Formats: sequence, C-alpha cells, structure tokens
Amino acid sequence: MAKMTLEELRKLRDEKRLELNRRKVDEKTIEVIVSMGTSGIAAGAKETLQAFIDELNQHGITNAVIRQSGSLGLDHAEPTIEIHMKGMPDTIYGSVTPAVVTEIVDRHILKKELVDKHVFDRPAPDIIKE
Amino acid sequence: MSTVKVEINGTPVEVPTGTRILDAAKKIGIKIPALCAHPDLEPWAACGLCVVKVEGSPKLPRACATEVTNGAKYITHDPELNQVRRTTIEMMVANHPNECLTCGRNGTCELQSMAANFGIREIPFHSRIPDLPKDESTPSLVLDPRKCISCGRCVLVCQQKQDVWALEFLNRGDETRMMPAGGVPLNESPCIKCGQCSAHCPVGAIYERDETAKLLEAIRNPDLHVAVQIAPAVRVAIGEAFGLPPGEVSTGRLYAALRRLGVDAVFDTNFAADLTIMEEGTELVERLTAETATLPMITSCCPSWVDYMEKYCEDMIPHFSTAKSPMMMQGAITKTYYAQKKGLASKQIFSAAIMPCTSKKYECTRDENMFASGEQDVDVVLTTRELARLLKASGIDFVSLPNEKADSPIGEYSGAGVIFGATGGVMEAALRTAHFLVTGQEHKGITFEVVRGLDGIRSANVKVGEKTLRVAIAHGIANVRDLINEVRAAKAAGKEPPYHFIEVMACRGGCISGGGQPYASSSDETRAKRIAGIYQDDDKSTVRCSHHNPSIQKLYEEFLEKPAGHKAHELLHTAYKSRPIYQK
Amino acid sequence: MAYSSYCLVCGGTGCESSKADLIYRELRRVAEERGVDNDVQIVKTGCFGFCEKGPIVKILPDESFYVEVKPEDATELIDEHVIKGRTVKRLMIKDKERKKHLETEDDISFYQKQVRVVLRNCGIINPEDITEYIAREGYAALEKVLFTMSDDDVIAELKASGLRGRGGAGFPTWMKWKFTKDIKHTAEEVFVVCNADEGDPGAYMDRSTLEGDPHSVMEAMTIAGYTCGAHKGYIYIRAEYPLAIKRLQTAMAQAREYGLLGDDILGSGFNFDIEIRLGAGAFVCGEETALLASIEGERGTPRPRPPFPAVKGLWGMPTVINNVETWANIPMIILRGGEWFAKIGTDGSKGTKVFALTGKINNSGLIEVPMGTTLREIIYDIGGGIPKKKQFKAVQTGGPSGGVITAEHLDTPMDFDNLTKLGSMMGSGGMIVMDEDDCIVDVTKFYLEFSVEESCGKCAPCRIGTRKMFDILERITSGKGEMEDIDRLEAIAVSMQKASLCGLGQTAANPVLSTLKYFRQEYLEHIENKRCPSGVCKDLVRYEIDAEKCIGCTVCARRCPVNCIAGERKTVHIIDQDACIKCGQCYDACKFDAVRIA
Repeated sequence: MAKMTLEELRKLRDEKRLELNRRKVDEKTIEVIVSMGTSGIAAGAKETLQAFIDELNQHGITNAVIRQSGSLGLDHAEPTIEIHMKGMPDTIYGSVTPAVVTEIVDRHILKKELVDKHVFDRPAPDIIKE
Repeated sequence: MSTVKVEINGTPVEVPTGTRILDAAKKIGIKIPALCAHPDLEPWAACGLCVVKVEGSPKLPRACATEVTNGAKYITHDPELNQVRRTTIEMMVANHPNECLTCGRNGTCELQSMAANFGIREIPFHSRIPDLPKDESTPSLVLDPRKCISCGRCVLVCQQKQDVWALEFLNRGDETRMMPAGGVPLNESPCIKCGQCSAHCPVGAIYERDETAKLLEAIRNPDLHVAVQIAPAVRVAIGEAFGLPPGEVSTGRLYAALRRLGVDAVFDTNFAADLTIMEEGTELVERLTAETATLPMITSCCPSWVDYMEKYCEDMIPHFSTAKSPMMMQGAITKTYYAQKKGLASKQIFSAAIMPCTSKKYECTRDENMFASGEQDVDVVLTTRELARLLKASGIDFVSLPNEKADSPIGEYSGAGVIFGATGGVMEAALRTAHFLVTGQEHKGITFEVVRGLDGIRSANVKVGEKTLRVAIAHGIANVRDLINEVRAAKAAGKEPPYHFIEVMACRGGCISGGGQPYASSSDETRAKRIAGIYQDDDKSTVRCSHHNPSIQKLYEEFLEKPAGHKAHELLHTAYKSRPIYQK
Repeated sequence: MAYSSYCLVCGGTGCESSKADLIYRELRRVAEERGVDNDVQIVKTGCFGFCEKGPIVKILPDESFYVEVKPEDATELIDEHVIKGRTVKRLMIKDKERKKHLETEDDISFYQKQVRVVLRNCGIINPEDITEYIAREGYAALEKVLFTMSDDDVIAELKASGLRGRGGAGFPTWMKWKFTKDIKHTAEEVFVVCNADEGDPGAYMDRSTLEGDPHSVMEAMTIAGYTCGAHKGYIYIRAEYPLAIKRLQTAMAQAREYGLLGDDILGSGFNFDIEIRLGAGAFVCGEETALLASIEGERGTPRPRPPFPAVKGLWGMPTVINNVETWANIPMIILRGGEWFAKIGTDGSKGTKVFALTGKINNSGLIEVPMGTTLREIIYDIGGGIPKKKQFKAVQTGGPSGGVITAEHLDTPMDFDNLTKLGSMMGSGGMIVMDEDDCIVDVTKFYLEFSVEESCGKCAPCRIGTRKMFDILERITSGKGEMEDIDRLEAIAVSMQKASLCGLGQTAANPVLSTLKYFRQEYLEHIENKRCPSGVCKDLVRYEIDAEKCIGCTVCARRCPVNCIAGERKTVHIIDQDACIKCGQCYDACKFDAVRIA
C-alpha cells in the first residue's frame, strides 16, 4: 500500500474500528485469540495454536478465526487463550494444552459449555475501552 | 576566556570554564587522590578515589571527569570521603600481590604511596589475585597482569594517543584484564614497543625488560671492550631519579657515572645524530633535486614509528628515509671504524646503549641490517630507568659527580645532535644542514624555532635558498596517523604532496618523554622542562650544525668517504618491509 | 443443548481454603435438585485474584459478582439468580462511597486496581497487524502532535502528566526532553533512543510490551523526534528477545509502508526512522551511558555523568533516551492529556507501573497498577497470596539494585519515593516474593552473584566490591562467617554506593544493606550459631529424624539418593550424618513431619 495521508489514516481507523466491533457480534464469527508472548510460547502456545487449527479443520468449522496477541500477563496460567462467540460469554482459558484444545472445541465451541477447570475468567477491564 | 567561580573546601577559586574539579583543586594546593586520572589522558573515571561532594546534591561526582559549574561549592576531603576512599584502597590492595620488595615499581608505585598516605596497616579483606603468567614475549616490555589494577591508562594511551590498539580491555567484572585482544602474546599483537603503557602504568603491571645484568656481565668480562653510547634525551631526565629537577642537563655526570661503572669507552649518541643528519640531509637534498623522487620524505629514527609504519602504513615505505637511527649508526661505527682504530675485532667490542626508549631494545635485533658490522651492532639497550637503578646499586652518588667528557673519536657532538631528543629537533637539525647543502651557506641565526613546540601536529614553510620547503612534524602516533592521512588524501587526489619533509616521533614530546624515562609524571609540564634542557644544551654548544662537527668530518675523510656513499649505505642505511598487524 | 447461564466458582487456593469446593458441590446439587442442571453450567475456575473477599462466585452472562459466599448460600443463588433471574444483593460487595451495590467486576475496586495504560493493547490486538493498532487509536497521538501541537505543547503536556522515567531512577521525562529540545538548534544532529535492554532477573515487562504492542513505543519515539528535533531513533534491545525483535521489525516495516515512519510522515514534512540495535545481553548496557557506548560500537561501559545524554549522548549529540515502559505511556498522555494521566497515581509518582510478579506467589505474571497501590494489594489481592499457606517473608523490588520490603511495610503505597525511603527502589519493576522457606542471606548472595557477573569491570569500587561482598556472603552461608564480616559488608557497601561510576555499582549493595537492616538476626544466626533458620544453606543444615514421630514407613530411606538412611520397616530410621549430602529429599518426602532441620 502506498503511504497514507492524514485523511486516509483517519478513514482506515474508523473502518477498522467498525470491523473489530462487528467481528464480535457477527453471528458467523468465532474468534479464538491465542496469547503469543515469550512466556506463552515457552509454555507451548505454538502447539496450542496448531492444535486449534487442526481441531477446527477436523470438525469442519469454517466460521472461526484464530488470532494471536501479545501476553495478557497471566504467566502462571500460560498458554492462555480467549474465545469470543455468539451465545457464550467472552472467556479466557488458562493452561491450554493441545488436549485441552480438543476439549474446548468440542465443548465450548460445539456444545456451548464452559470447560471446567480451565476457565480463567476475563482480563481486567481496559481503560481505553469506551 | 570565560571563567567560573567556585568554592573548594571553603576557598574561592576562579578557573577557566571547562576546568575539571581535580585541576581546580590543584590550583589552590588541594590534592585529590586518583589512580586512573592522568594529565595526558581523557578521564576514564575508573578508580573511584577522586569522588567529591557538591553542596545540594546527593551524588558524588568524580573530580577527574567533572567540569566545575559556576557557583558550586565542593568538599574534597572529609571523614566520610576519607572512609570511602580508604575502603576502596583496601580492596585494591587486597587484590594486589604483596610483592612490593621485589617489584620494579618499589618506591615509585602510585598504589604503594596511596596505601602509605592512607596509613593502611592491615588489609581487612580476603585476597583474590588471579593466577596469570607474565607475558615476556617482547624484547622490550614485560606485562604482569596479576599486578594490574585495571585503571585503564595503558589501554587508553595505546589506543587513543598511540593508535596502536595492542592493548584492549578483555573480559568483564573482576575478570577484566588489560591485555592484547584475543589474549595473544604482546609480541604477536600490533604492539610497537613504545612503552608508553609502562610510562603511564601507576603500578608494576607493565614495565621495561631489565637487562642490566647483561651490561654488568660484559664489564666483568676481561676479553670485552665495553663501549657505551648515551641518547640525547637521557641527559635531561636521569637526574629526576636522583632528585634533580626535570630538564637539568646531566651530560658530564653521565659520562663520569658510566666510567665509574667500569666501561671502557663512553660515547654519545649525539655524535651519530650528527651522522644521521649528514646521511638523511643528503638523502633529502637528493630527493628534492631528483626529477621523480618520492615526497614527502619521512624520518626513520624512531623504531616504534618504523614498526607502526611497517604494520599500519606500508604504502609509506617508499617515503621513509633509509638512514638508520642514530643508535644503530653509532653501534655500526663503534664496531667498525672505532674497532679499527683500537685494533680490535668487532666481536671484541661490547656495544651498549642508554636510551629513553623501550623500543630500542627491539630495534637492535629487528633485522639483518642491524648486524652491519658483521656482529650485532648494539649488544644491549638499557633504558634511563635501568641505568638509574644500576647507578644506585653501584653506590654512585650521581648528583655530586664531576662533569667529564666523552671519549674520542666518536663522542663529540654538535648542538644539532642533542636536539634529536625533542619533537621538532630532527627536523631542525636536518634543516640546518640541508640549508648549507643546498645554498652552500649557513642559515641566518642558525636555529629554526618555527618547528619547535608541543602541538601534536606542526607545519611550517621554510625558505631554503630559492626554494620554500613545506615541512611538518608530528608526535604521538595518533597525530602521526592524521598527518599521514593528509598525505594519502593528496596522493589519492593526484595533488602535489602537501609536504616535502616530515618528522615523526612516536612518543608525545619526542624521546625526552620516551617509554623508558624516569617515572616522574609524564605530563606536558615535565615535557616542557626536559625540552628546555635540550635546547639549553644546544645553545651552549659552540658547534651548532652537524656538518661542522670535526669528528664527523674526520669520519668521512678517514672511513666513510662521502655521505650516502657506498660504505655509508652498507653501514648506515637500512630497508623496510610490510609486516602483518598480528604476527600469527 | 446449550446452557443459558454459567456459574463460575473461584477455585483458587484462597477460596478453596474457605470451602469453595463445598460451595461448588452445593451449587451442583441444588441445580440438579431443581432440574436446572442443563440450563446452568457450574464450573470451577482459576483464581479470580480477589482473595480478600473470597470465596467468589460469578454468574454469567450478566457477570454478577458474588463475594464471601458460603455453602448455605447455594440454594438462594440457584433459586433467585438462576431460576428467577434476580440478583442476590446481600452477597454483592458494598462500596460505601457510592452507596450502591456493585454488581459486576468492572465496578469492583479489585479490578480497578489493575489499570492498563502501558499494557492497554497487550493481549487485545494482533501485534503483527498495524491496522489493529490503528483501530485502537493508534497513531492518533502522532497525528495530534504533527498537526496541532508545537514542541513546547508536547513538553507542557508531559510536564502536566508528571511522568517519570520507568527505567528505575524515576527522572522526570519532560525535563529530559526539554534539555534536548532547548539545544536542538545548536546541535548537528539529535537522536532518540529506546532502552529495551531489560535485564533484571525476573523482570520482563518491556519484553511483553514490545511483543504485544510494538507500535506504541515506535509512535512515542516519533513524537519525541518531532519534539526534540531528531530524525533518527534507535531501539537497543537484547538479542535474547527474538520474538520482540521480530515483532518490532514487522511493525517497523508496516509503519514504513503506511508512511508512519520514514520521510514526510502523513504528509507533514517531518522525517523520522528507527533502527534496531541488538545488545549482547550485558546487564550494564541498560545503564544509559553504557548503552550509548554500545550503540556506538564501543565496549559497553558507563561514562561519567555529567554531561548527561540529553546534552551530550550518542556520538556526542543530544539524545533523548527513555525506557520501553516510559515510551509506551506517551501516546496515551498526548491523546488524553497530561491532566488525565496525573489523576492516576500518587503525588510524586503519576500513572501506573507494570510489575512482574514472581517467586512464592500464586498468580505470577505481569500486572499494571496505579502508582501508590500497596504491596498488600499486589501480593494478596492481585497475586492471590503465598502458595501452600506459607508465611510471607519479604518481597524484593528493583532486582539486584533494590532491597527487601518486609511484612511491616506491606501497607506502604508503592511509588518511587517510598521505595527509596525503605532502602529499595522501583527499578524496572521486578517483584520477587519470598516466603519462610527462603534464606535471606542466600537470596542476597544470589543478587550479589548476579552483580559480580554483570559488573562491567571498569570502576574499582564495583568491580572489586561486588566480588568481595559475594565472597563474604559465600563464607557466611557455608559456616565460615566471622562477626567482622558484617562490618566489612557495610564498609564495602558504603564505598560502592558513593564511589561507583554508574547506577549498577551504586545500587549493587542495596540488597546487602537492606537485608542487613531488616534481617540482621538471620545473618547473626548464620555467623554465630552456624545455623540457617530456613534450612537453605546446606553447609549449615543437619537433617534429623524425630524418633517420636517416625513410624518406620521407609519412604525417606527409599528417596535418599545416597542411601544414608538406615532403619528396618516399622522401626525408627537414622540418618548417617557423615554421608548425608543435605539434599532435603527426606524432609520433603516424610508425611509425618518426622524429618526435621536441626
């Protein structure tokens, strides 16, 4: 893309902001965010990410996006993941090994149940959020 | 010049803007202890002894590195600072070998006097001394890393002032060592043996190789005729080892002292300096008049400079005068001309040289040209420091010695010979003779004061007959590098050479501040005094130009035929070759 | 079939100990009894962190937050909340000031304790996608600065914010910028540097920030470039942070592509670009003058200050150098104004601080709290307290430059000045919690060992002093300590504090001084009685078997790696003291507390 002008930057910001918001309410979208900081990766976040890709493929779930983010700071519970989907509360899971991924896809995404023992609640509210 | 007013220990003092606390205090007679600060070097701020208090700040700035600020009030000494410094000294002493009695710096060691001044009677800390071998690889210097207090002076002088980069800071923390990069032996490093590291070391961690025993052995050997030469710069500094002020000329005492040691003949390197001028001056005139000669011509009396040039600027080899250094000329003439006169074979003569220089120890065996007489032309080189020790051990009361004269026929010298010891001196001596060689007349007033001084690089335009000679002088290799780069730039641009003649001395101030001189602080103050002594000796001379030295004239008549002649080339000239910076 | 609501019961140690498990079972039992077990899913979760008010039960989707729940409340919660949809007010936390029931965690002070300014985007956006940063007001601060603010406006905003450097010493950021701004016209060039050479043991907030939100730092550096007249920035980061480096590189490439770095940024005519310089991991290179020397390609050793980098820094030019966390605050300060920022924190220390909470703590991790939060809140509320119900002993802040803070100071508000008063320091924000099993002399020795390794070796007080102190501590912990060693430690410490060249040496003695101040008795135990009360110093420990308690189960003998425990089944076991290597396996293995430390 070519260098932006000020107007283009503002336009992009508005569009993207809508998109980020829309993503969460869109019926079709399941969003899985894998925390990929160094501590997450050291605890196996890469395997977790791969497990999600495999698991979702296996179940033919095509309306899910997998994103990565930096660390949430919950180092004692790495790897951590966050799931946003319609019909389920926003949830953070801790200590998500590939085996737990199988369970999360099966239960949280398909059966809409929380996966006992791995729920880590949600992050502290972030003050930027309007 | 703008000034600032500050208060030190309650005493007001006004100093130029930019003055450091250490120097401002010195101005009013307050000495702040320091082991790393050195007047020659940018502050390195390592030892931590010079911390002082500033009113209104909890931080203790280092007096060596901090410029005074207007209106500031400093406290340089109080019980707390005393305690802080004392603990630091105690820690340094704990990590320093307790070998003062057998150390080369016994009596001149800065750590030793610091411990003495602070009245350290016991060391509260456990000792931790690294188990490291001495590096005795060079013919000139011995590096004893166990004694190193990591003040950084040697590295800074080697890198910043000499641009040699033989010494480096190796490792970290309490494993920090001041040694050649890669841990190679000094002799395989870029070291040019100038010995400025040893002249700046506050302790006995790097020092000249002691070869006094070789001279004593030769004196004891009845089959050897021992002939000694004394370099120009020795006479204005050796007195310092006996309590005389820097710059006091001790030529006559030196001759007397050497005779009392039992040597057979006492000569003066100044004689050979005159000889060098005849050879080098002739070479210069040849180059100036030839159609396609390499200019500028650069002096080659300084073995450290030759070593540096062979390692770092091989492109300058054609610019080098092929004339040997005075010491090597003196050695060659001693073992040929003098030997003939005495009816001795070359090998029956033991030729010793007293030099202000550690590099000369290397020069005397540096290649086959140093064996022009068929034997080693100079058998041993002792530094001024070694000679001073030898005299003390021999019970010679140097100060009260009478003035004696050097032996003939290779002991007399002109004023031009003695000024070789100071930066600009070789240039001036050469100009005095070159003027005569070109114009057939003496230069009016004889001297060329325009080339004197202590600025790192000096240049001048000198009228020699019809011709204007562009000359330049550099001392301290870092300055030399800059000057050489100027020559290189002109060459690369296809321009006329910026200079016809360049004088180089590796050490700041010239040989008077060589790496083998007494340990009196090698500051510009001392240098100026020694240089003044050199010029004083010149002023007093009746013969002021090399070509007027009757002994030199006789030498050419009886032996060498003519300057730059066949025999002179055989004995007095040499060749250079490119050498790798690291030897292996 | 899907559940319509979810009931989360805190499963953290604190809540478990106050019968959370029973609450969980009660809730399930009641739900089953009422036949709603297919409508509500009841799960046990990780620690909510709000242990003070535990046990916690949270009911989703409306996020009702119940505190101090008792097993007998289960029926009411199911009947009222789950079945009838009415919240149970009496179990909700009460906020006296607002005099209303706080219903969801967003309203509860515990969660308000974590305020995310620096970490605002971490874990939220994809750091490898610039558009996500832009969507979250990214580069809006730069936009504001470039088109509506003068250099003086920016500095005024920073001054109003009260932001102090997060690298450790807490120097006011606006002053650094102003020094440079004021002389920018006289300088040939000006530089901006980001200090990302994070090296304190246990600290990793800078790494996480760069990994999770690289653009925030880059945006801030560009703002500094505009303000202070620099066109070139350097990020000095240790090579051991490959992921952060990769994310920075990606972010820089994207920013250049979008015209947010490089020439004529957003058509403003302002040029600025950033280069990454890798450090080899020397701790001292986090010291700003050593860092600058390292960027210049010199040996990374400190230089005397003054002159300060703001006046004479990189290649002798004025240089604005700030730490990652400081930079990350700046876009928000510009966007929301200095006054907004100054409302967070204490009088002398504004804004938030990110801490890396590690050691003997339930919830280790990164937290961001307003300055002035007490240690008690951090350790017990956010950190979830000490594992295994052990006794809190001390917390080390500021890493090898800091000191310990003991139980008596748990309620001190954490800010720059208070920490210094306690003999510690903020440092970069590492926080290592110790419990009764930690030997304070051993911990101090650990920090000194670090400083010995990381001393650059330039100045004598630090080079020799760190080693001498370490050697003394080594002797003390191996039973060879003398009473004079305490005096020696104190003498060296003073000399190092006063005469070391840089912050590393000046502060390296802090762990010694602070532990000597608060735990002198423990030192004396080691020296006079040759005893390590925590049983950590192996040379001072002797394991014995209590004949009264030993039942002869043989577990200890089987676990012993050197077979030095003798004893038949069901008879009292005996340790051969000469052969014992003091590994402590028997002590850990015994279920009857029969192995004791003598």
